[in-house]
Amino acid sequence: MDPLVDRLDRIRGTVAPRNHNARTIAALTSNPGCGRRGLMDAAGVNKGAVAGQLGFPAGFGQSRFAIARGNAFEAQVKADGAAELLQLLRDRLGLAIPEVAYDDLSNVGGNASREVRYARTKALLARAASERDDAGTLFDHPMLRLEIAGYYAYLEPDLIAFRAGGKFHVVEIKSFAVIDGQADPGKTAAAATQSAVYVMAMRELLAELGHPPESVSHDVVLVCPENFANRPTATLVDVRKQLTVLRRQLSRLTRLESILDALPAGLSFDLAYDSDQQATRPADELRKAVSTIDARYSPDCLGTCEMAFFCRDESAGSTSALGRSVRDDLGGVESIGTVLGLARGTLTPGAGQEEIAGLLRFAHKLRTECLDGIG
Amino acid sequence: MSILTALARAEAVESGRAQPLTTVRHTHVAERPLVLVPLSLAGEAAAPLAAIVGTDPGEPRLLVVANPRDRTQRFDFVAELARVVLSYVDGCARSVDTGAGGTKLRYAEAPQVIVPNRGGVEFVRLLGRSTRFRRPFGPYPVHRTVPILGQWLTFLRERADHPGSSMLLAMTSVLSEHWATGQSGLEDANLAALLGWIDPPGDLDGAGAAALAEDPLRSPPAGPSTDPTFDNEILAPALAAVARSIDDFARERALAALTAAVADQMRPTWDLTWQAVRLLRTRPAGASVETRWAMDRDVFTMYHMALAEGTALPQPRRDSAVAAAGRLDRLEREQARYDAQRALDDPLVMAEFRLSGEAFTGTVVAASPNRVDTSGKKAALRPHITVQTDDPVRLEPGAHLVSPARLAQQATVVSVSSVDVVLELSKGMGRSTKQPAPGSVPEVGDRVTYGPVTDAYQPPGRFPSRDDTPWTHGGPPPVIEYHASDNDAVEDWS
Amino acid sequence: MSGVIESILSDFGSAAGRGVVVDSPPGAGKSTLVVRAARTLAEAGERLMVVAQTNEQVDDLIDRLATAAPNLAIGRLSASTYVPAQRVVKHGTVTVSGAVSDMNASAVTIGTAAKWATVTDGSWERAIVDEAYQMRSDMLLRVAGRFSRALFVGDPGQLDPFSVVAVERWAGLSWDPMQSAVAVLLRHNPDLPVHRLPVSWRLPPSAASVVSAAFYPFTPFEAGTKPADRRLEFSARALGGDHGLDATLETARRTGWALHELPARHTVRTDREAVAAIADLVTRLLQRGPVAYSEHAPDGRPVTVDRVAVGAAHRDQVAAIRQALAGTVAADVTVDTANRLQGREYDVTVILHPLSGRRDASAFHLEAGRLCVLASRHRHACVVVARAGIAELLDTHPSAEPVHLNVPVRFPDGWEANQAMLAHLSGDH
Repeated sequence: MDPLVDRLDRIRGTVAPRNHNARTIAALTSNPGCGRRGLMDAAGVNKGAVAGQLGFPAGFGQSRFAIARGNAFEAQVKADGAAELLQLLRDRLGLAIPEVAYDDLSNVGGNASREVRYARTKALLARAASERDDAGTLFDHPMLRLEIAGYYAYLEPDLIAFRAGGKFHVVEIKSFAVIDGQADPGKTAAAATQSAVYVMAMRELLAELGHPPESVSHDVVLVCPENFANRPTATLVDVRKQLTVLRRQLSRLTRLESILDALPAGLSFDLAYDSDQQATRPADELRKAVSTIDARYSPDCLGTCEMAFFCRDESAGSTSALGRSVRDDLGGVESIGTVLGLARGTLTPGAGQEEIAGLLRFAHKLRTECLDGIG
Repeated sequence: MSILTALARAEAVESGRAQPLTTVRHTHVAERPLVLVPLSLAGEAAAPLAAIVGTDPGEPRLLVVANPRDRTQRFDFVAELARVVLSYVDGCARSVDTGAGGTKLRYAEAPQVIVPNRGGVEFVRLLGRSTRFRRPFGPYPVHRTVPILGQWLTFLRERADHPGSSMLLAMTSVLSEHWATGQSGLEDANLAALLGWIDPPGDLDGAGAAALAEDPLRSPPAGPSTDPTFDNEILAPALAAVARSIDDFARERALAALTAAVADQMRPTWDLTWQAVRLLRTRPAGASVETRWAMDRDVFTMYHMALAEGTALPQPRRDSAVAAAGRLDRLEREQARYDAQRALDDPLVMAEFRLSGEAFTGTVVAASPNRVDTSGKKAALRPHITVQTDDPVRLEPGAHLVSPARLAQQATVVSVSSVDVVLELSKGMGRSTKQPAPGSVPEVGDRVTYGPVTDAYQPPGRFPSRDDTPWTHGGPPPVIEYHASDNDAVEDWS
Repeated sequence: MSGVIESILSDFGSAAGRGVVVDSPPGAGKSTLVVRAARTLAEAGERLMVVAQTNEQVDDLIDRLATAAPNLAIGRLSASTYVPAQRVVKHGTVTVSGAVSDMNASAVTIGTAAKWATVTDGSWERAIVDEAYQMRSDMLLRVAGRFSRALFVGDPGQLDPFSVVAVERWAGLSWDPMQSAVAVLLRHNPDLPVHRLPVSWRLPPSAASVVSAAFYPFTPFEAGTKPADRRLEFSARALGGDHGLDATLETARRTGWALHELPARHTVRTDREAVAAIADLVTRLLQRGPVAYSEHAPDGRPVTVDRVAVGAAHRDQVAAIRQALAGTVAADVTVDTANRLQGREYDVTVILHPLSGRRDASAFHLEAGRLCVLASRHRHACVVVARAGIAELLDTHPSAEPVHLNVPVRFPDGWEANQAMLAHLSGDH
């Protein structure tokens, strides 16, 4: 076995690696400088469970209304052999799509394994790709996979891939609204990165079959409800930038040796589940284990990483806790105590701190002067 | 962000209390603002679930939609909200500002709607967009006040883009402009946490109050998004109970339960928002706040009268090329003016410029008030003053400066040394070409500040008419897409 | 070169389209093209309007045009506060006025976009819009009514125009007023011919390949000169002083690039050591008596203070560097931000890397155009001063940019362009 994978397995402990999906893979790009997160993700550690055991449960709940709405919209778009979707692709994107077949790849009969479904997807896409004219098939629920740090992560996108003009396109169905041509930029960015994961996985699959990367378009089709209606609209989103970033971050995951080398040999995040599936690993011990790897906390983590509340607690007193730009403005001074000491002149600036110390002293003087006598 | 703000945040961490970023309040707080706390249903673009609204902290008006996905119920809610908002808006137009002077009519008041956070502002935009094209006739008719509310909400939302306008305020933004907390800007978006740092309850410190504020059970989110756990465990059963109710009695009871549940979610935010209003009122207003509010009142007066006369400008879905360019021009001029006014009104804002060496404060050590420049065609009064300062000045000869104490006067940097700055003054010294008006030139011993900003009026740019939109921008747009059509009404609501 | 110009002028002269766009990478002869086009059209009897973006650009253009066509009547449209530059008034053929009615006798009328925007009547059959990528589309909207057809010339790799106002209201609109004039023009007129000037006459071969690959990945260009055409020599030997400085200058002299790396450290923007290093490098450079040998001056021309520039990202950095240079032999060297160095040309430049000393890069610091402007102003050599650690900074940069629908993705991406540039600078020459 690959020694890296072996080591990661030991760090994760007795449980199976957490299965990645497009969302978790997309999240890898949100704080690539964080060694802690990088290692935990590469090892497939269930970060939510670890954070919970540490006493910092993450609140990433989803409202059932949102879930229901998402499902209903998706079902509507795909109803009747994806009739609405086809109409959109023709009308809105001007694609010349002949009469098409609709293939739901989740129907493989019985409870087929992921590998079997992947093989079936591959076979069907291979056939479509080799047909000279447009195959005219919509593929629903294809099974794709990406190699993440030695493991195959299987992706079960609720998406449809279709072929037009000799190219496959990825379709992403989202239930956030496009109103007068505009959508929430944060949600759109997340959708674009997730779609990029699918584009990448499809390109890998087709590459194995000898097709060039361009056989999967970098323009993905984003389908959302339009305005306040339930009617869908389609917009092409260029995900070239997202692909570049993803490619780079995935390649980083396998470059973990430098982090691993510095860690104690027996390091493990195992939660020691007992027969009742209760985690029994003492929180103190787990905290020590987690703290051996440096995190790179920033408040943005609160929205993207299950470990964030733990890391925030850990970085109390540090300028990182105040935000990336604050930390940057402070010229890299790490501790809030140092900032105040330098500002008040009670601390002698260390090497390289003379300039920020001068500015802080002046800033302190200005604040004192201006706020003198003001409550 | 700047080093001054960063330092203030560090001070806040240490002291456990938010620290002021300004010496004065730069936002107008109306005598009678309308606070609006909206909640929307998760997963929908703009499906109102409930709102709590009113001008009196002791008399919140609670509006609830029993089935947010039902078109009729949704518009009943909007009509109810319209009644409250429109009567408030019209109330602001009741008396005229007699001190306005000139021939221009200006109402003495203007609406000021306060929502808890940026999400509330977006809610106003979406609700405005989803109602202003509705019609009281045709398919799916709505109450006649619905599109009017839509126009006012759209008007307010557009004002919120204007720097210095106080007609639609997100309370978290206003507070963040005035105080630095010991947490990050991102966390400041939580009104309860932000206010916890500024004005912590009981004997808690800021960090303790903010930690409590993050617990959705103790401190429900300020909306419009609801807490998912609330949705799943309380709201869903409550909505289901209403839908299930077999008779009026059961329905009444279910509705009361639903109303109580959403009221519990909104009431803390309502109280916090009013607490913030009171807090802001304790701060003295900056010198230009009234001028900017007068601008708000002018704009309100014009729109109110235009709506009444049926001459109001359309509020299309998207700006045309000409409208977009004109609006950007106005926003840019207002931004420059707002930035300048804040610096001129507030030494702590000016301190940002002092920190970067673009402004300085010092003492006048020499003055030649009667200096006359004879090099030009006409002799001109051009006094020189020498200001001694400890500030690290990074200015170059020729730079134009203004003093907050003498706004009409221009100062030009003549020379800069490590201890002083020599300035040449022009304008704002009266009519004489030999003798400056008394007090118009700083005297030896005066403490003075000079900075790089001026709030001088900038004329608007000239733009082609809509019909003259050039070919580079797609030519004249086809038709004014203002008039609501049946299509708008038919929009199949989710 | 002339072949490209002929075909541009022929496209522009033909009755077919309403406009022609010419993309010009740094130093590819944009000014030559503009002067040539203006002359050709004026001599054919057309009344021509020329729109530039800054007074400096207008004055440069007038000087060049008046020199090239001494008999041409030129109007210099200007604001009331404008003080005519010496290089403008020395030409007797130039009329300077704030009123377009004074320009009736002028074959060519030149002014800034801001001034043209105040002109409400009169129309010109043809216009030349210079530095069109620096122009915001709302400005084009204001002047486009004055002409029927236009030649748009500019450098797509430079800094995009910006606004102090942050609203998303217009994102996705084809006429978004915050987009560049060319972006909006082409979205509405996708069939307009787009020409490219393929050769940089400014950048030496050592720079053209690097700048082309990093900032113009899909529209490469080449240097118009051969390595042997450009040479930098020092007439004074390095005696005493800081060996590090001389080593950097020697690398720059020899290879056209040098990375002057300071120890890794997160610093405030006005990093004192970096500022001092720049001041030392510039004064040392001048003390060494640099002489530039080129196709224009095969026998060498001394690199004087006016042929050297220092560039930085922020105004406070510029102020700090100017302060550090005050009182030295380099006191009169141009020090400016990337925005203000656009379109300018020097023999040697020294730049402070926008990411130097940063812990987290903002979109501002990463913007491709910023680094592109800074790295493409020189005819001979460019010295980049930076703290070590930029590679790590880029590596850890979170990609959390919001995505707006229907906004074309802009290439090159700043992150990638920075990687490419850094890879070259830290590689062996």
